[in-house]
Amino acid sequence: MSEKEYTVRMVGITKSFPGVVANKNIDFDLEKSEIHGLLGENGAGKTTLMNILSGFYQPDEGEIYVEGKRVKMRSPKDALKLGIGMVYQHFTLVPEFKVVENVLLGLDVVGKKLSLNVIASLIEEQAKQLGFTVNPWSKVADLSLGEQQRVEILKVLLRGAKVIILDEPTSVLAPVEITGLFNVLKQLASQGKSVVFITHKLHEVMEICDRITVLRAGRKIGTLRRSEITSTLEIVRMMFGVEAEPAVAAEVPKILGREVLKVENLIVQSDRGVDAVKGVSFSIREGEILGLAGIDGNGQKELAEAISGIRKIKSGRIYYKGEDITGLSSAELHNRGITYITDDRVSEGLIQDFKLVENILLKDFRRKDVRRGLFIDWKKASKKAEELIKEYELAAAKPNSLVQTLSGGTQQKLLVSREISGEASLIIANQPTHGVDAKTTVYIRKKLIEKASKGSAVLLISNDLDEIFSCSNTIAVIYEGKILGILDRQSATREDVAYLMIGAKKV
Amino acid sequence: MLRVATPILLAALGECYVENAGILNLGIEGIMLFSAFTSFLGAIAVNSSIIGLLVGLGTGLLLSLILAVLYVTLKSDQIVVGIAFSLSAIGFTSLYFRLLFGTTLPKLPVKEWIVNIPELATIPIIGRAFFNQPFLVYVSIALVPLFYYILYRTRFGLKVRALGENPMVADTAGVNVFLYRYIVMLIGGLLAGLGGAYLTLYQVSLFQDNLIQGRGYVAIAIVMFARWNPLKILGGALLYGSAEAFAGAVQALGYLRTVPAEIVLMFPYIITILGLVVLARRARFPPAFARPYRREMK
Repeated sequence: MSEKEYTVRMVGITKSFPGVVANKNIDFDLEKSEIHGLLGENGAGKTTLMNILSGFYQPDEGEIYVEGKRVKMRSPKDALKLGIGMVYQHFTLVPEFKVVENVLLGLDVVGKKLSLNVIASLIEEQAKQLGFTVNPWSKVADLSLGEQQRVEILKVLLRGAKVIILDEPTSVLAPVEITGLFNVLKQLASQGKSVVFITHKLHEVMEICDRITVLRAGRKIGTLRRSEITSTLEIVRMMFGVEAEPAVAAEVPKILGREVLKVENLIVQSDRGVDAVKGVSFSIREGEILGLAGIDGNGQKELAEAISGIRKIKSGRIYYKGEDITGLSSAELHNRGITYITDDRVSEGLIQDFKLVENILLKDFRRKDVRRGLFIDWKKASKKAEELIKEYELAAAKPNSLVQTLSGGTQQKLLVSREISGEASLIIANQPTHGVDAKTTVYIRKKLIEKASKGSAVLLISNDLDEIFSCSNTIAVIYEGKILGILDRQSATREDVAYLMIGAKKV
Repeated sequence: MLRVATPILLAALGECYVENAGILNLGIEGIMLFSAFTSFLGAIAVNSSIIGLLVGLGTGLLLSLILAVLYVTLKSDQIVVGIAFSLSAIGFTSLYFRLLFGTTLPKLPVKEWIVNIPELATIPIIGRAFFNQPFLVYVSIALVPLFYYILYRTRFGLKVRALGENPMVADTAGVNVFLYRYIVMLIGGLLAGLGGAYLTLYQVSLFQDNLIQGRGYVAIAIVMFARWNPLKILGGALLYGSAEAFAGAVQALGYLRTVPAEIVLMFPYIITILGLVVLARRARFPPAFARPYRREMK
């Protein structure tokens, strides 16, 4: 096949950020008039790859060809000149500006100096071609998210884009708007444009894409033509790597005690004010690790925050050891033995500018054993810190080390040890091994299992199937704020869980 | 009143662009002071107030370039750098003024380029205020509608405002964030330099320690309570100008002999604080205000 047939070809793309390889030797190509689905879990490297194609990042290694010619793009402007435009997940519109002003901002730099009136009529014309209307003189802040997205698409098109990349475009849309967006995308493809559609939702890809590329953990797993796909199972396997069934983790305790946590019809809102958890019920008993599997952004964080008392509950009830704890503060819950390991250690879990011992005290400063009257007994606190360092093998750390000088893995261990040491009866662990090395991962999982075998109840939230299967004795799957199924670890297969994670029914 | 408002107005107009692009330049006070000093030296050296002005202009340009390197390229903390710069300006200019002139007070050259329309200047009360002023006064007022037009009606202005709203948006739209932030810093430096030079050469006709006395900071305050709008900045500058003129008049005419001069001199600053308290309460700051821009963040 000659290179001319491809609109865009990326060869051997590698990109690292401090501590992570986001893209590893990825090949990707794009044909004319196709909708190409880029599929993968969060952190699989989809957005990074497209940020490279749109000129926002420079690759460490690899080559990019447009219309057969090798190109180097140093900025989004360079990419636009080559006809590549991206619609970001967080829109790049200035809310205080009118639609026309936003479009002008983008047009100017590609050398098209037009008056606002001309641009306004261009906007209306282009919108009509794609089958919708938009008022060019509205302020962007007054538009719905779906409308803003269409403005983004118009902006990119009017700048002469032939390749349009959409990063998780459906994540902000209501179902009706999604149908509208798909119609727009089909229109674009029929007009000879190439569309890259980044998503982690399988059914969307199956609905509109001509070809599908799957990434996993920064690597390309493969590219398939829609017409060649006989079963969605193929793609599920590619996304999650479910070929191998892991051995049952022997240490997971089997004898379960009395009920520790009971959640009833819980509804919780996200920061944006929409329901993120939509009526969830489950319970956890002593010695039980409930693995809550799900792809990020399906309501896990909101659920975890609601149970640990840092997020308001819209409706529903939470019981802890038979007591109704709905609406109690996080401090009251902490005192009762409920601890929360946040998934965001950098901004929510630890204070980077504080010393290790100070970080340990953050949650325990009221306790008698570190207090002397009104003051903190630093000697006792340091001793406690040293005990933790020893028990949890916090490599190279001292009580007086600044947290920011510790490695990511050590910081995560510190966070976990702070939360699970002492008498925690309910541990809510949100992605406890996210972004840490294999050794630390094993260590943290072992510690969680140890706590459970001593009688703690654990809610383990994870998007990692290995973690779910190696630590839990019960598995629940959350998708779009609802629990789609609660399965027994012994009888569940990875396939069952992977299917539920993407909201698909098993064929 | 117009005459007194001019340095503040010039500095505030420049700072208005700087802040709209998302930079807080607290170094404006230092730029004004350095420019006042160098323009004073220049004017004496060649015996021309116009050359003095040009020297002040050049000083403002050069210093704002240095500050732009610190703020934009090196991404230093704008508050710390700005204050440190302004404080060092006081020490530096006072020291060299003393070294060069000792305790003598050098005489400034005759002021050039004073607009005087005798027929109109004789109109009672407003005549002299409007028709017998240094040309810079008229220039600064003419700049107000021009700056307004550029900021709100041109592509350049749109880009500048986009930088303060969200530099990432501007970047993805293809606007060169760094280039534009340099440009607004230079505009700010030019006007602050001009303001400082005007103050020493045309308004007070001398140089002394800390001549600017916070006028740069007042300009920043005015920009904020005028909500980054050049037309409202004119209003703010005139308000401050009236207060300063009033304080001057009270002193000159010898009223209120029993009230210490310091109390009277506080008046313009109190007006500024009141203006901030009353008008800036509901101000919507540019979201990217005082934040350096980095592209690759993870």
